[in-house]
Amino acid sequence: MNQTPGQKAAKLLTYAILIAGAVFILLPFVWMILTSVKPSKEVLKMPPVWIPSKIQWQNYVKAFKAVPFFTYLKNSILVTVMITSCELITTILAAYAFAQLEFRGKNLLFLLLVATMMVPGEILTIPNFVTLARLGWINTYKAMVAPWATSVFSIFLLRQQFASIPQSYYKAARMDGCSDLRYLFTVMVPMSRPTVVSIALLKIINSWNSYLWPLISTNSREMRTLPVGLAYFSTEAGTDYNTLMAFSLMIIAPTIIVYLLTQKYIIQGVSKTGLKG
Amino acid sequence: MRTNRLTDSPPVRFALRYKAWLYLLPALLVITVFQIYPICKSFLMGFYTDFDYLKDEVYAWGFDNFRNLMRDADFALAIKNTMRLALVAAPLSIAVSLLFAVLLNSDIRCRKVFQSIYFLPFVTSMVAVSIVWAWMLNKDFGLVNAILKVFGVKKIAWLTDPNMTLPILVVLCIWKGLGYRVIIFLAGLQGIDPRYYQAARLDGARAMNRFFHITLPQLGPTVFFLSITTVIDVFKTFDEVYVMYAKEPGPLKSGLTIVYYIFDKFYHNWSFAAAAAASFVLFLIVLAITLLQFGVVRLVALYDERRTSR
Repeated sequence: MNQTPGQKAAKLLTYAILIAGAVFILLPFVWMILTSVKPSKEVLKMPPVWIPSKIQWQNYVKAFKAVPFFTYLKNSILVTVMITSCELITTILAAYAFAQLEFRGKNLLFLLLVATMMVPGEILTIPNFVTLARLGWINTYKAMVAPWATSVFSIFLLRQQFASIPQSYYKAARMDGCSDLRYLFTVMVPMSRPTVVSIALLKIINSWNSYLWPLISTNSREMRTLPVGLAYFSTEAGTDYNTLMAFSLMIIAPTIIVYLLTQKYIIQGVSKTGLKG
Repeated sequence: MRTNRLTDSPPVRFALRYKAWLYLLPALLVITVFQIYPICKSFLMGFYTDFDYLKDEVYAWGFDNFRNLMRDADFALAIKNTMRLALVAAPLSIAVSLLFAVLLNSDIRCRKVFQSIYFLPFVTSMVAVSIVWAWMLNKDFGLVNAILKVFGVKKIAWLTDPNMTLPILVVLCIWKGLGYRVIIFLAGLQGIDPRYYQAARLDGARAMNRFFHITLPQLGPTVFFLSITTVIDVFKTFDEVYVMYAKEPGPLKSGLTIVYYIFDKFYHNWSFAAAAAASFVLFLIVLAITLLQFGVVRLVALYDERRTSR
């Protein structure tokens, strides 16, 4: 295709802006990676050393040793897995009731649940802390998981998805004597895989990164998750920026890997939730 | 209507009604205990003036918490800081994201690559991100000042100069949410009927005019959705302040946000009732902003209707 000089200039400008944006987004990540492998004497050099003279993996070992890293890791993995699986089970069941089953007050209940989505989560923090303290659950996994064990938003999304599956499947399944529960897990859930997967992925990322609630609901070192541990370590680390960056990188690497592998689902999930408004 | 012959006979309907509640039970239990109950509770707690939270006994009620809140200069400052941040960060980050979305939506190569890069901050821990930014913004050894020095800019005390707090939080808001907003905008852009653009091209409309007369009006609902979610997000600013400023609310409290205030009252002072009252005020503000934005959209729609019907 022939382009006029004006079009060519516009194209060039477009790429220039897009690349500038990419540099702006990537810079902190690149700096984090480079700092994490720098020898200590190059970390504070001015003008900054971009490429380390030698790669010092020792910083990662130091990060492992400075904090009970594997305890934090175990807590993060356990809490993330528990929150995500609880959410999937509760939301799939509830969405099924809204999409497929009949009961009195269905619309009213649905409306009530949607209304709770308007409330900012921060307002729930204090009463939830009090509730869990009275149950004696503070500083346990139960306290870290329970408030997040379901999500109205996911129920809403799944209900829309389930409702789009033709009724004829349900009728046929019932004729064959298939129970609701079996129909849900052998027909509806597999047919809704993209929605279920993107809900699960977004939940995994959110729980892994969450900070305020794990900070509030725990009070011992043994129960800290990675972000909580990192925040504490950052005030102790002083100028050990290479160790600090090594630690940070180990926290963000899993979510970035998950994201890069499952981009399609995550992006689809996000653009869907946006459109649902 | 979805009537099902199987569900029509009375006994089956009866059984199904209870079955539905069984399916709902786990989710409803969690929602009731951890979402609906706390909404009511936090409203009530705002009025507790003397109580024992572990025994859940209240000895005195009153408006003291709200009265103290109104008198507290810190709370006023928290509201001012948060409002200012929302007023600057939300429009700017929406405009920047719209620019990138429009550029990505044009005929370019590597669109997917750019999109993936922009989305990266969205999946990364805000704690880790804040720590890296704090390191890059370090006055003496930070990368940002080193880069600026190449352009002859003098050292800036990013993290200790109170005037720099707002710009930093705005940049962080743009950086963090760019990918998310671009994706939402791209979804909106792809929903615009290409025939509008074909017709406009035939009429010889310039790119600028096409943007302001087709793209922007058609994106109305998307802009509306993003402005609500972005403003609400900004009102929840906490993690980045708490981590970047080493648990302080920024120099001269310039980073004191509403959520920081609530957290401080609750976690450091253990004044639960004061924190509950503050969080209830946060809820009211968020609600008011949402309603206001709904109202503005209705007004704009009304105005457009009148204009086009004329």
